[in-house]
Amino acid sequence: MPSIENAILAVVTQHPKEVSGGLPVFIVQDDAAAQRVAGSLSHILDAMVHDLQNGTLILVRH
Amino acid sequence: MNPAPAFDVRAFVVGLAAGVIARYLMLRIDYRQYPGYPHGYVSHITHGFLAAGLGAIAWPALISKELSAFTFLALAATQFRDIRRMEREALGLQEQTELVKRGVDYIEGIAKVFEARNYLVMFIAAVSSVVAHQWGLLPGVIAPAAAYLATVHLARGRQIGRIARVKPAKVSFDGPLLKVGNIGLMNIGLEADRKVVLEHGLGAVLQPITPDARRTLADVGQRQAILHDVATVLGLRKDVDTVAFTPLARRDLETGEVGFVVVVEEPDFEVLAEVVRAVPLLESARSRAAHLLQRVRRQGERLGPRP
Repeated sequence: MPSIENAILAVVTQHPKEVSGGLPVFIVQDDAAAQRVAGSLSHILDAMVHDLQNGTLILVRH
Repeated sequence: MNPAPAFDVRAFVVGLAAGVIARYLMLRIDYRQYPGYPHGYVSHITHGFLAAGLGAIAWPALISKELSAFTFLALAATQFRDIRRMEREALGLQEQTELVKRGVDYIEGIAKVFEARNYLVMFIAAVSSVVAHQWGLLPGVIAPAAAYLATVHLARGRQIGRIARVKPAKVSFDGPLLKVGNIGLMNIGLEADRKVVLEHGLGAVLQPITPDARRTLADVGQRQAILHDVATVLGLRKDVDTVAFTPLARRDLETGEVGFVVVVEEPDFEVLAEVVRAVPLLESARSRAAHLLQRVRRQGERLGPRP
């Protein structure tokens, strides 16, 4: 089975209504919390954090 | 009928010595290609020894009609068929554990060079033994020296320094976007990572000198080779789980410049520039397209059929 690359593994957002679809979503209240949660997730998932600049961070497996 | 002359041991030994010495000298030309130091050295010298033996034995065996030597030759020759494949596989396995991979093109280039060097050694040893047999000891030493200089000069690959200038460039962030000079590289979401890149990152831009240089720098395999060599020499401040510090090289589509940022243990731009200039130009990246263009445009050559 071929592996999927560049897939979004998780989302960390302050605006949950702007994200939908079968993804693990973590809702946070502010930027500092977003950075903390995303940081932890990136080490756990071996994933890269990207900032969509709309209050949402995504974690991608490259 | 005259009896065949005795096997010229002296010529054989001169040829063998010439080949092995040549192989040793070739090792020192480019240390970067040999991962298994010192085990890699042993392997390469041994292969060189075999190749030199094959080359040096040919003429003396032929003259003295020692045909059994030829069966030995044929047997040993089969060992060389797979040298390129063996080297490619060994390097390929090693890729799994590299923080910055070499890339398929670079590996193929190394494997080809390894194969070519063994054949060169055979050639030098053969020349030496022929000359030593016909004209004596001294010419037998001079001939391989000349052959070595000629082949090494001809076979020396070109390097990046010939086709591009290496300039320092400013590392900056536009929001989460890492930029080197004007070139956007990657989106780094974590503030902590951005801080590290600003503090420890070295930014460089490669300016192509000719239109052909543009195409060579555009080649992904070539860029990957540059990043690998820089990371290997300067030491990457990264681990297997910090994906953000993997160096990426990106092109400016207008100017053809290629920029990258490396987060290094030893921040020294002069060393970085020297390493980049010394990166070999990969054969797969050389622009055959440019040659074809020239043939069609300037010489009006027709490449394809007409109905």
